[in-house]
Amino acid sequence: MSAKYRILLPVLSLAVLLAAVFYLQPRTMSYFGLNLLFNLAVPIALATIAQMMIIMVNDIDLSIGTFISFVACVTATFLYDAPLLGGAILFAAILVYAAMGALIHIRQLPAIVVTLGMSFVWAGLAVLLLPSPGGAAPGWIRTLMTTKPPLVPMAVVACVLIAAVTHILIMRSATGTLLRAVGGNAQAVARAGWSVMKLKAGAYALAGFFGVLSGICLVGLTTSADANIALRYTLLSIAGVILGGGEFTGGRISPVGAVIGALTLSLAGSFLSFMRLSPDWQIGAQGAILILVLAVRLVFNRSGSKWKEAKNG
Amino acid sequence: MQPVTQAGGSPPAGPLVALTDVHMAFGAVRALDGVSLTISPGECIGLIGHNGAGKSTAVNVINGGLTPTGGSVEYTLPNGGTGRGAAVARSCGVRSVFQELSLCPNLTVEETIRVPHRDLGGFGWRKTARKRISSALDRVFPGHGIDPGATVGDLTLAERQMVEIATGFAEGSIAARLVILDEPTSSLDSAVAKQLLDHVRAFCAAGGAVVFISHMLGEVFDVATRIDVMKDGKVIVSGAASEFTQQGLIDAMGHVAGLKAKAATSTGRGSHIGEEVLTTPDGLSARRGEIVGLAGLAGHGQAEALARFFMSRSAGLRHTRNPEVTFVAGDRGRDGVMALWSILQNLTLTTLPKLLRGGLVDRKAEVVLADDWRKKIGIRTDNMNNPILSLSGGNQQKVLFARSLASSAPIVVMDDPMRGVDVGTKQEAYEMIRQEAEAGRTFLWYSTETDEVIQCDRVFVFRNGQISAELTGTDISEENILAASFEMHEAAS
Repeated sequence: MSAKYRILLPVLSLAVLLAAVFYLQPRTMSYFGLNLLFNLAVPIALATIAQMMIIMVNDIDLSIGTFISFVACVTATFLYDAPLLGGAILFAAILVYAAMGALIHIRQLPAIVVTLGMSFVWAGLAVLLLPSPGGAAPGWIRTLMTTKPPLVPMAVVACVLIAAVTHILIMRSATGTLLRAVGGNAQAVARAGWSVMKLKAGAYALAGFFGVLSGICLVGLTTSADANIALRYTLLSIAGVILGGGEFTGGRISPVGAVIGALTLSLAGSFLSFMRLSPDWQIGAQGAILILVLAVRLVFNRSGSKWKEAKNG
Repeated sequence: MQPVTQAGGSPPAGPLVALTDVHMAFGAVRALDGVSLTISPGECIGLIGHNGAGKSTAVNVINGGLTPTGGSVEYTLPNGGTGRGAAVARSCGVRSVFQELSLCPNLTVEETIRVPHRDLGGFGWRKTARKRISSALDRVFPGHGIDPGATVGDLTLAERQMVEIATGFAEGSIAARLVILDEPTSSLDSAVAKQLLDHVRAFCAAGGAVVFISHMLGEVFDVATRIDVMKDGKVIVSGAASEFTQQGLIDAMGHVAGLKAKAATSTGRGSHIGEEVLTTPDGLSARRGEIVGLAGLAGHGQAEALARFFMSRSAGLRHTRNPEVTFVAGDRGRDGVMALWSILQNLTLTTLPKLLRGGLVDRKAEVVLADDWRKKIGIRTDNMNNPILSLSGGNQQKVLFARSLASSAPIVVMDDPMRGVDVGTKQEAYEMIRQEAEAGRTFLWYSTETDEVIQCDRVFVFRNGQISAELTGTDISEENILAASFEMHEAAS
């Protein structure tokens, strides 16, 4: 499927799900209702963008959930008490991400193993910071997350903004193109004289950056943190990238799609609640929705010339 | 003729690149063993040699990608200064178009040029990129019909190769002065290949230099001003193109098997052919022991027809000890080679069901089988447990041949398997195919090279996805194939 049509399916799935939610609960069709529906989608969207940066260079990040939990803990403690020190810690965390990318490239390590290992490090650090739920959100982030812009709720504005900024950064800018090229054919990039290590470190640093944003936003919404607050983001972010039309290999990703994927996933939760489905079944049902969308995508991909796709894919 | 401007300016008097006694060793393997050569402005050097002769290594040394373990590589900058290393090579205007396609399939055509062109950036870089690639495509391949906004992965193999070549000749902040073309025409049909050869001549006439590596000797004679023959990591013969004949070159490369074998089999042709074993809805048919060729311009549906047939006979959930068809890939990277596996594992892949003992692979039998085929087909390695990518392209292809021929499948489907394979290996492969056919195997053979197709017992010529002619016996000739491939193009225009 060509890149131009890649975005159609995520948009369609979101529209269908949104229509279903509106049908089940017409009161969500309001400023307040939309804000409630999508509020928690903002940190998920940022986490999905972070994951997308890693998938873009053919790796996968299993530590993003614990990393965001760690960031949330730092935000609720250091960033609240001593903003300068807190900022420094978060900056260092981004550097750690960059270093992780460089290490993975230099040693040719499987990213899945390194990030899995790092997930325990982040989780440990988070528990050290906040052994029990607590902390407080810095005032400015609380204000930012609860702003009420006219006409459209903050959650929607934020998602559009995230999608637009990352689209320009990754899909339009010259540097973003180079980063995607690493996913497409790293050897060609190296042959042209670029340092693939630096580019990979850059992609990881971007992932770290968006992970930090996600954690800060999350605390802005919840006003306190917990060492396990974002554990499920790891799988949600991977699912969001794929749901948004991205692929695990080959640098085929779509930032707009990723944000839409994240929205779809968080909406799926609300949809199932409106269906009065017991929470025990919700995770399974969410998985079923995911499989359904991916199956539809496969059908899309296969239609037309089956072999041509294989031939040119 | 298209105007060529980017190589303009007064060329410096000295050579662009000078290699002096270059040695290159990878562990115990000596890829280059004392190569000295100079490339001057206006020259087109035809670099030929069979697989493993060191051509690819030489290319990577010339473009600065590899630092030689001995000797020196010196570049002359446009301002007259000299220098060494990859960065100097780039600022000197040395560009390479590699044998294996090295584009990023996820980028668009205009975006791909961002990778080699380091100066692209900032606002409006896309416009510049689009202008560069479009004008280069228009110049090299007039009437190419490639949209610069198209995703590379959606292009055909030939179109991708055209984009890659155009990137090599495109204007940039550093003008191209030496373009290295490694098997540039392997996926192009003859009309497009001719456009390229014309452009190479014009480029050299305007003061640029080209290193042209091709196994199609006709093309080399067509464009080269000088021919260097490589063998075992050395340049063994070097001289003006006019001093050579095709036979002389083949002899120099160390393969004299060539033409005699062809004559020998044409007498016995046909006697072993049996009953019909396949027909497809497309109109393809083949009999037992027959070599059926699929010809026509590249990308006119031959590969798709093969694929459809292969899928119809092989798709299914059960894997079987005795498959009906086996497939020899032409695009090795995509359809053939398991890049992380050893030569042995790559070779025995299709035959694994036969090597089972109690549900497990019988390692000893696997080694025996692989060794058998190594000898039979002449895979150049001392250890079958080496990774497959340690082999040169032609030897990887031999492994893929062995993989298919080792199975008992009565029908072998070949998707342009000789892409980028040297003359000697080709002759060996032809011989092998003939023997297998005589033993009762049926071959469906898509090839972009006419001299391969005319060796077949029957030829289907494809045009616009359909069979436009079926040729048999003495009707199989280059003229008839060309006529059948082009007819409609003329009618349409």
